[in-house]
Amino acid sequence: MSENKALLRIENVETYYGNIRALSGVTVHANPGEIVTLIGANGAGKSTLMMTIFGMPRARTGRIIFDGKDITQMPTHEIARLRIAQSPEGRRIFPRMTVQENLQMGASLDNLQHFDEDSRMVFDLFPRLKERINQRGGTLSGGEQQMLAIGRALMARPRLLLLDEPSLGLAPLIIKHIFEAIKALNKNTGLTVFLVEQNAFGALKLADRGYVMVNGIVTMSGSSADLLADPEVRAAYLEGGRH
Amino acid sequence: MAVTQTTEPDSVLAKALKEGLIAGALALGLFCLVVGFRTEQNIRNELILTHRWGLLTIFVLGAAILRFVITYTAPLRAERKKIKRAVAVAKEPSAFRRSFPKIGLGLLLLYPLLVILILSAYQGSMMGGLQASLKYVDNFGIQILIYVMLAWGLNIVVGLAGLLDLGYVAFYAVGAYSYALLSTHFGFSFWLLLPMAGIFAATWGVILGFPVLRLRGDYLAIVTLAFGEIIRLILINWTAVTKGTFGISGIAKATLFGIPFTPGPTGFAALLGLPNSGVYYKIFLYYLILGLALLTAWVTIRLRRMPIGRAWEALREDEIACRSLGINTTTTKLTAFATGAMFGGFAGSFFAARQGFVSPESFVFLESAIILAMVVLGGMGSLVGIAIAAAVMIGGTELLRELEFLKLIFGPDFTPELYRMLLFGLAMIVVMVWKPRGFAGSREPSAFLHERKMISGEFTKEGHG
Ligand SMILES: Nc1ncnc2c1ncn2[C@@H]1O[C@H](COP(=O)(O)OP(=O)(O)OP(=O)(O)O)[C@@H](O)[C@H]1O
Ligand SMILES: [Mg+2]
Repeated sequence: MSENKALLRIENVETYYGNIRALSGVTVHANPGEIVTLIGANGAGKSTLMMTIFGMPRARTGRIIFDGKDITQMPTHEIARLRIAQSPEGRRIFPRMTVQENLQMGASLDNLQHFDEDSRMVFDLFPRLKERINQRGGTLSGGEQQMLAIGRALMARPRLLLLDEPSLGLAPLIIKHIFEAIKALNKNTGLTVFLVEQNAFGALKLADRGYVMVNGIVTMSGSSADLLADPEVRAAYLEGGRH
Repeated sequence: MAVTQTTEPDSVLAKALKEGLIAGALALGLFCLVVGFRTEQNIRNELILTHRWGLLTIFVLGAAILRFVITYTAPLRAERKKIKRAVAVAKEPSAFRRSFPKIGLGLLLLYPLLVILILSAYQGSMMGGLQASLKYVDNFGIQILIYVMLAWGLNIVVGLAGLLDLGYVAFYAVGAYSYALLSTHFGFSFWLLLPMAGIFAATWGVILGFPVLRLRGDYLAIVTLAFGEIIRLILINWTAVTKGTFGISGIAKATLFGIPFTPGPTGFAALLGLPNSGVYYKIFLYYLILGLALLTAWVTIRLRRMPIGRAWEALREDEIACRSLGINTTTTKLTAFATGAMFGGFAGSFFAARQGFVSPESFVFLESAIILAMVVLGGMGSLVGIAIAAAVMIGGTELLRELEFLKLIFGPDFTPELYRMLLFGLAMIVVMVWKPRGFAGSREPSAFLHERKMISGEFTKEGHG
């Protein structure tokens, strides 16, 4: 697998919170049209890596390259304008704005040019959102908020979609639905997805490739099938979990 | 049965009496030193202690009786509330509430005419009515509208963008002094200086905004507070230009596109063949500030529907989410600051033209606090709510001056205006207890697809689910 045509390339990145190193020497890439997952225990540094791509916090050393462009020091809003969208940890939807307005915020890069078309696509994925279009984001249920966060990210017509634990706190049926939706998007539009997950089994089932992170270091990588079969991964993340 | 019927009211009465006594005792403790005693300087410059037992008694009795009545009628009110709740299940915003902005606007447009008509009828002569209306148009109309405009301007910064600005009055001062200085030194006209004052204030907004906007919440509030004080201190100490506490007087009045409101042959009254009177200028000023305030409202409403206004509101809710959606939070904050400051500058130049005199005394922190209180009490972001809050707070203070009859109760040296702060405090407590999100505490969504459905702010959780 050539790394040169990778859409996202993270090379040797180290990120600090003050003096505490959260990521050390992380090298990860995602090819166009791939679903790549990053699994790891609580506090491993998965969300940190996702936010580092957006420059919040900034990588202290190493490089982050998107589509051949070095974005390591780029201001966050300009990184987003390269069409990298995220559904962040904690969802971060706008609680006092309606579902509709939240989606509009997602599409604001395009000045709402494709709003009707794209919102129809989001509503096809998540019909629940359509029913609640004029409801305030903060009053949605947890699962609905997750759908909204993903929908809002999709409204930006991303080339790379970063998802941080989309399954967090959701019922199994809804997780299944969201994973199917991600798969469908990937298949139909060739969207590249970088998925951070606690739900290792589901994530590896969905993804083409995966990385395992422990204490800010990537300890393992490989195709999803290999990782699923790996005895160490099974012991640490799969046994006793959902199997 | 008979036993309970007789004991129940008794116990309520006993409870009410007890609570009334406690309230009285508390009031005595609270007000004993503050109201009961008073220090005065006598002719030899000595401090002497005088007391005001009468006033203190009134305060204590007032508190006790109020508490007694509230406690005594509590079961009754609870009963009534229960009935009301059973009857009114779900109420749509009433027709009155929906058309309130339109009715209010109509009233504002007609206000001077109505006042003149009513007073003319009352006084029996047109001229007498005109003369008497001066007070109402000026003290109530213009004064309130200045604050409405200031509060609407600050609302852009605090209500929409969520940036707590405690030094808003600084921009008001920049506008007023720009007008005062440029008009007295260069003789520029009002209509040239109005936009210039706005631009100056906006520039100062950007200058202040640039270094401080990376700060958040409390830190931003403190720095803006300091900025307000710095501007005031500059105005006091830069005596060569600002004449310090002395102030700048003899500032040119506004003209109606070149027609001055002077008694001379080229004046407004003479041109229209009307009898001479100061009222025309006041009425002109009234419509001028009404126009400026409405401009502020119109711009706010328009901007809310545009990407920049949306970005302001999103910024208030989640800055990190905004950034990762491609919004440049720095310029977004700066535009909010500059837009708010610009309206402050407009209001300032109007203020200077109206007073004919500016001094640093008009731009103290208390003004910022009052304007901010209007925005908060009105319900952040709601134009109608803020206008009502401004009218109540400023109108209330003006009304206090009118309450001469209180002297009969409290004694001849009772000056009701001095109780303005007490009233502000009371108003704030009352609103925050009954309407924790302000008079109009629900954000109107600015985009709808299907039918309008209001979900009141009370049901909205803060934070992120
Ligand atoms: N803002 C911060 N300041 C200081 N330390 C932080 C900050 N954010 C995260 N950390 C620390 O960095 C480490 C990695 O955190 P991170 O949120 O990336 O973990 P994670 O892999 O996403 O965990 P989880 O699965 O629980 O979400 C943790 O030890 C955490 O305590
Ligand atoms: Mg995380």
